[in-house]
Amino acid sequence: MDWIYEPWPWYVSGPLIALTMALLILVGKRFGMSTNLETFCSLGGAGKRISYFDIDIKSRKWGLLVVLGAVIGGFLAANFLTEDSSVHIASSTVAELNTLGFDSAGSAYLPTELFGEMIWSDTKALIILLVGGFLVGFGARYARGCTSGHSISGISNLQIPSIIATIGFFLGGLFMVHFLFPLIF
Amino acid sequence: MKNLSYLLIGVFFGIVMFKSEAASWFRIYEMFQFDSFHMYGIMGSALVLGAVLLQFIKGSGTKSFFGEIIVIEEKKKSFWRYAIGGVVFGLGWALAGACPGPIYVLLGAGFWPIVIVFFGAILGALCYGALRSKLPH
Repeated sequence: MDWIYEPWPWYVSGPLIALTMALLILVGKRFGMSTNLETFCSLGGAGKRISYFDIDIKSRKWGLLVVLGAVIGGFLAANFLTEDSSVHIASSTVAELNTLGFDSAGSAYLPTELFGEMIWSDTKALIILLVGGFLVGFGARYARGCTSGHSISGISNLQIPSIIATIGFFLGGLFMVHFLFPLIF
Repeated sequence: MKNLSYLLIGVFFGIVMFKSEAASWFRIYEMFQFDSFHMYGIMGSALVLGAVLLQFIKGSGTKSFFGEIIVIEEKKKSFWRYAIGGVVFGLGWALAGACPGPIYVLLGAGFWPIVIVFFGAILGALCYGALRSKLPH
């Protein structure tokens, strides 16, 4: 059972994600994470001003429970199922990140330069996280889905819109990493 | 019972996301550098097996665990909303290194700065809702 404490290989992880999707469908729901962002807007009262958020929150409760579960799952995995959480990315990636100033590459789960304890006084890092999150939230709702709803569920169901969205995800990501990262970091 | 099933599926998903390292900023960066097969393997195997499972569920007329008829929604046909929204999402995915699922997983794992990403994402969704009538779909 030692393998459980190691990083899980793709051929274990991928099928387990497919299983997550199938289980959600078998309980009468769907695999989609970003709709919850809108539910939080509605919970905060955005429906009073913007009709788009004026929805029946009860119908979204299931999603919030999935999200709560994901928080618990993250806690359990990080605290009880992992001995060494450093992510062993390719050595060429480590070298590339070192030139950008990410010294934690290869020895942490997330870069300490963006997610470490010092970042609360690092205005640049805070702006990067805020803008990154904003683009994720705006883009996911504009495209009506994210990696779970489009790249996994949508393409599994052979949906052309999901293929378009996923190509978009990659074009955006490639542009960010190859053209904007050297300007930002 | 239903509520417990949603919660437990979420727990399972959270563990898989963390242990697969799909919730790691580094893995996302590595993917966009084409330096490893890891993320492509995860997504590729998930959607191939996912397609098989979906075909089976649809073809066999399986009902849900709670006896309801299963309806799998088709995505509305359009181009611009998926193309532009997709690119915007991709920019954020690479910058924050997290998509909406892993945001919650990382919160549970105790990476507190992810709260800023979460806040940004809610703000982004809010802005989309406010601006949607002015955007091309």
